[in-house]
Amino acid sequence: MTRWGMAIDTDRCTGCGACVVACHAENNIQTVGEQEARNGRAMHWLRIERHYEGSFPDVKVRFTPVLCQHCAAAPCEPVCPVYATYRTPEGLNAMVYSRCIGTRYCANNCPYTVRVFNWHDGEWPEPLERQLNPDVSVRPAGVMEKCTFCVQRIQDAQDIAKDDDREVQDGEVKTACAQSCPARAIVFGDLEDLDSRVTQLARSERASQLLEDLGTHPSVFYLRGGE
Amino acid sequence: MKEEALVRPLSGFRPWLIVGTLVTGAIAGLLFFSWGYQIKNDIGVAGINRPVFWGFYITNFVFWIGISHAGTLISAILRVTSAEWRRPVTRCAEAITVFALSIGGLFPLIHLGRPWLFWFMIPLPNHRGLWPNFRSPLVWDMMAIGTYLTGSVLYLLLPLLPDMAILRDRALAETPQSPRARLFRLLAMGWRGTTQQWHSLEAGIKVMAVVIIPVAVSVHTIVSWDFSMTLQPMWHSTIFGPYFVVGAIYSGIAVLMLAMYLLRRGLGLQEYLSDKVFNNLGLLFVSFTIIWAYFTFAEHLTVWYGSEPSEMAVFWERVSGEYAPIFWGMIVVNVVIPLGVLPFPWGRKPLATAIVGLGVLVGMWIERFLIVVGTLRMPHLDFTVGTYQPSWVEMGVLVGSFGMFAMLYFLFVQFAPIVSIWEVREGDHIASSVPASAQSVGDEA
Repeated sequence: MTRWGMAIDTDRCTGCGACVVACHAENNIQTVGEQEARNGRAMHWLRIERHYEGSFPDVKVRFTPVLCQHCAAAPCEPVCPVYATYRTPEGLNAMVYSRCIGTRYCANNCPYTVRVFNWHDGEWPEPLERQLNPDVSVRPAGVMEKCTFCVQRIQDAQDIAKDDDREVQDGEVKTACAQSCPARAIVFGDLEDLDSRVTQLARSERASQLLEDLGTHPSVFYLRGGE
Repeated sequence: MKEEALVRPLSGFRPWLIVGTLVTGAIAGLLFFSWGYQIKNDIGVAGINRPVFWGFYITNFVFWIGISHAGTLISAILRVTSAEWRRPVTRCAEAITVFALSIGGLFPLIHLGRPWLFWFMIPLPNHRGLWPNFRSPLVWDMMAIGTYLTGSVLYLLLPLLPDMAILRDRALAETPQSPRARLFRLLAMGWRGTTQQWHSLEAGIKVMAVVIIPVAVSVHTIVSWDFSMTLQPMWHSTIFGPYFVVGAIYSGIAVLMLAMYLLRRGLGLQEYLSDKVFNNLGLLFVSFTIIWAYFTFAEHLTVWYGSEPSEMAVFWERVSGEYAPIFWGMIVVNVVIPLGVLPFPWGRKPLATAIVGLGVLVGMWIERFLIVVGTLRMPHLDFTVGTYQPSWVEMGVLVGSFGMFAMLYFLFVQFAPIVSIWEVREGDHIASSVPASAQSVGDEA
């Protein structure tokens, strides 16, 4: 059985933001404009958190990309009144856009604040609508969304592997963020596969998780502590 | 007829009542205009954002559902304990409950991103096997509020029957063809005042009074669990259930005091909404001040003592940060002023209690706002700390909701007696036929 997970090396992350842009492009995320972004309505499924460590002159900056943690015990799931969000057998926290009525309760119960809401319909003035990914739906106003671990890419790889009558290989599924990271800080794969790179990283001494004490059992591991 | 003051608003042409209805109706129109604008132009016209996903609408929801506890407390608990002084008060309290619930029940629809799909939350059998998520506190809300609304409407209409019969008979004698006469005949439902009917009515009211108390307690407990079932700092608190119920009853009594004062002045009901009734309610009011203050203190002391970082962020924002002015303002109007005024006999005169009630109304709205927005601004991962600025749409809905409440009340007053005629008559009958020494203790202040 597959269980998708991710390992992010914050020692490698330079905070360049390529993953954020790639995610926007891959997933048809709307750009809300400067005014709305200032009002806290930016739609980034993945955000780069910037934390300063130490004090002058020994200041270090640590960049932490935060995305949906796809928690095994996700607090967002039980509170949705219409079952618009649930855990798939492969370990993804899935979002059913057509079922969402926009109570925003799930976003309020996410301790990582990774869910974003469509406050307005997205606008893609001509010819920008041509950049939309045909494998991903465009969400209307009033619907919640968040990182899906690029489920369309997972589905695609699984379809190809099935046609070839084989299993999906480690490294075959690359999420948009993992694919675009120049520092190769983001690694995506199957946590049930003991030989996969993500499992090895997740089991390393440098691995920890965000808000571990809340018991959400996230699928994302953060590596820090130097080489 | 003896109770002339009680039936005067129900017949003839009362210009001030009509003006009042139209003015408050216009303000209520603001609610629907703002809501309509929001439906047309997407939920984004409200000021909510990330991480403050809930703002004025949920504040108002909790506030109005809280106010609906006025009727239950006064009517049900005082009926069950045979407190005689409740008689003039029950009808206006029950009306407050029904109207506040109806308005409060609108807000879960108003705050939805796609309100036209609200019916997804209703368990309608369908061929896809799609059901609402019964583990969600929002679904519990729907069930609890639906039950409470049904119960409260019944609890208002049942004791209305004998009064409607009195009005029907009077109207048949004087103006048999008027629309109001027809309404009274309809609502009287064939009440003849036979012994059998009185027995059934008394039994029905007794059952409703006993049943509605746990329903009311469960309603606001469930509303509070919208918050305490989450993991958010200063929401995830075990005290919220009883805290919210106490706060609801507190705000309910405040609205009742204010409404009773306005009715007394506006309709000349000094004989019924007497100084003694205000005095007794004032004593009840101050006991709830103490209970509310105790819960607030317990909540804040335990958070402060535990010193958990994400909770302390919310705590300090309230106590000394950006929300300090309204937090301490809330303490003043909810604790300092009531404790400084209500323990004294002069402080329980009608005008004094009405003013204190108005302050508590504002204070309890602030309490809801601080709970909803104060926590959401300070999430666990503090990189996404937020701000909240309500837009004109949210303000319009807030102001409009008060207009709607007032309009419903103005309408009610013109179609039903705001003091229960038969219950007051029954009380007079008991008082005159039973020796003074044997009268119920609850009658004395």
